Amino acid sequence: MHRPFTLGAVAYDPKVVTIWEGFADWFAGHGFAFDYVLYSSYEAQAEAHLAGHVDVTWDSPLAWVRTRRLAAAAGREARAVAMRDTDQDLTSVVLVRADSDLTDVAQLAGRTVACGAVDSPQATLLPLAHLAGLGLDPGSGFQVKRFDVMVTKHGDHVGGERDAVKALLAGEADAACVIDGNRLAFAREGTIPPDGVRVLTQTAPYDHCTMTVLDDVDMSVTDRFVELLLSMSFDDPAVRPLLELEGLREWRAGRTEGYRQLEAAVDRLRFYGPDGSILVEGYPR
Amino acid sequence: MTTAPPAGRSGVAAVELGPLGLDGGAHVLVKLGLAGLGAGDRLAVRGHHPELAAHLAIWCRQQGHRWHPARAGTGDEPGSGSGPEGGVPGDPIVGLVERGAAASARWQGAERAGHPDPARAHAVVAAPPAHWGLAARGAAVEPGGPEPAFRLARRDEVWTDRAAGLYAQAAAGQWDPATAIDWSLPIGHSPEVEAAVVQVMTFLVENEEAALVVPARFLGQVHPHFREMQQALAVTVADEARHIEVFTRRASMAGRPLALSTVGGRASLQTLLDEPDFSTASFLLSVMGEGTFVSLLSFLERHAPDPLTRRIAHLTRNDEARHVALSLAHLEQHVTADPALRGRLTRAAEARHRALQATAGLNEDVFDALVLLAAGEASPTAIASGWRHVQALQAEMADGRRARLARLGFGTDEAEAIAALHTRNFM
Repeated sequence: MHRPFTLGAVAYDPKVVTIWEGFADWFAGHGFAFDYVLYSSYEAQAEAHLAGHVDVTWDSPLAWVRTRRLAAAAGREARAVAMRDTDQDLTSVVLVRADSDLTDVAQLAGRTVACGAVDSPQATLLPLAHLAGLGLDPGSGFQVKRFDVMVTKHGDHVGGERDAVKALLAGEADAACVIDGNRLAFAREGTIPPDGVRVLTQTAPYDHCTMTVLDDVDMSVTDRFVELLLSMSFDDPAVRPLLELEGLREWRAGRTEGYRQLEAAVDRLRFYGPDGSILVEGYPR
Repeated sequence: MTTAPPAGRSGVAAVELGPLGLDGGAHVLVKLGLAGLGAGDRLAVRGHHPELAAHLAIWCRQQGHRWHPARAGTGDEPGSGSGPEGGVPGDPIVGLVERGAAASARWQGAERAGHPDPARAHAVVAAPPAHWGLAARGAAVEPGGPEPAFRLARRDEVWTDRAAGLYAQAAAGQWDPATAIDWSLPIGHSPEVEAAVVQVMTFLVENEEAALVVPARFLGQVHPHFREMQQALAVTVADEARHIEVFTRRASMAGRPLALSTVGGRASLQTLLDEPDFSTASFLLSVMGEGTFVSLLSFLERHAPDPLTRRIAHLTRNDEARHVALSLAHLEQHVTADPALRGRLTRAAEARHRALQATAGLNEDVFDALVLLAAGEASPTAIASGWRHVQALQAEMADGRRARLARLGFGTDEAEAIAALHTRNFM
């Protein structure tokens, strides 16, 4: 039996079921046969994708890097076909307390930097690589205080970043790494008092999640899938709650140049090998 | 920090944020500045928070707006230090927010859920859609969303134009049992008469429990569009809660245990709890039962042997009269819209009568207690007087039932027949 176009997604939160059930209904209403499979980790999802269990994966940026590398090692090619408007041109920031004596990145030498989960692109890999690029190697140049919340979910769960900021405000760390949007979100929820922190340094812009396909997928079906995604309108009350849950106003065509920074960070911090193998020690599988 | 909608020497609307960042609420001012603009229009943002441009870039991305940071030296009046209206010291423009289409999407297709003032034409609609749900009547309701199942969702079935007025009366008439009643008033009558008072109070409490539970069960089924009806029912429930408190407290004043609760009394009340239809339950409880109760409480106000009991009867009677008025008003409107309802109400009264035929009716102890209570002392002359008062009470109850039935459009013979079917338990 011909299977419907099947998406893989990681169950980092119960709302993931609501989102994809809702999108599945919406796709069905548009005559597009769609189904989804949930994975408990991005690593399992990437491997299942290579094994042909799904047609498209909703990937974290780190999962994109691994899928691309696994595919390349197998002589294949991965393509980023769609992403959210809110996935484009993000930055990570290294925050310090507003009254901190730190005014220059070099002063972080010997100090403690709080970050998110070991596999969080935005709260660990990208900002730590950014600091390394400025001459401060994690571990030797400064102490890393990691908050490993929901490891294998690639930092999708915000808890690690929140814990890092709490450690900063409690004086248990001298700096904390978060994605720029959470800097405002934590202020809104009251975790960060107004004018309680300032930005010590900021990464270059990068892209976040992506819809990934491999070169054996039926491109006419994929094109239709992307066409439907891009047609979803925030004006449509049927789909608006789902877009809000998924955190976007509109879908956009995929692009890969926004992942170069993370590719470099993964190499610099030896997270994955060039073939997609997992190098980081003690990573749960 | 003020918004200055039509501003800027360039003609672009502007907002001034001063030292405020988006980690301190500045987005509220930006939103106000954008409110009058259409998709694609731009708002110049001035401010001097050190991270303002970075905050705006994030916020615009999340909200679906486009952010155009001012490049050094290219802003509107760069570094001029003059405010958008000119003359007011201000900050340089940090960039322009281009309004996206998503910001107003929620208002597209939003429908007005009637009007808050029920006296306005079309304010209360005949059949509010389920998806209006908990929205305020009069709100602009974003389409979509959950469809809570409020079973009482038709105006004819649940509404009365008097609901707002009766709710206002009820809210104004709330009293505090701790202060509205002087609990130190003396009780000077004999222990036999006090035992009669305790028996009557015990009977009143279980009846008021029914009068609390029945509207409470329907309250959660009323579509919130019929807000005043909800409110009136909610106050009814609160009234009954107070009545239960004061009757219980009065029963306990002399340190006696509470008296007998009979199977017949509880069986009679059970038929009220079992009635699933709102109008029928209102009819049986309020028109037949509570209406009768108003007579009983008036009787206690006139004939109770002590001023404390008379005061309690006075306060509770006022509340009960309002409950009866609410049900009558709602049923009058319902019967007008659906004359066949009268037949259903008649059958309900008949069915209740049949269901209770095998029970003993009014607790004999309650009846005797009313006689003794009205007598005020255990002497032949006083008992003869108390007996006459209770006979008069029963006649008054029957007259009241017939009068209320007539208001609902029942003919004289019909009203007589239905009134006669009423439970001997009073409620």
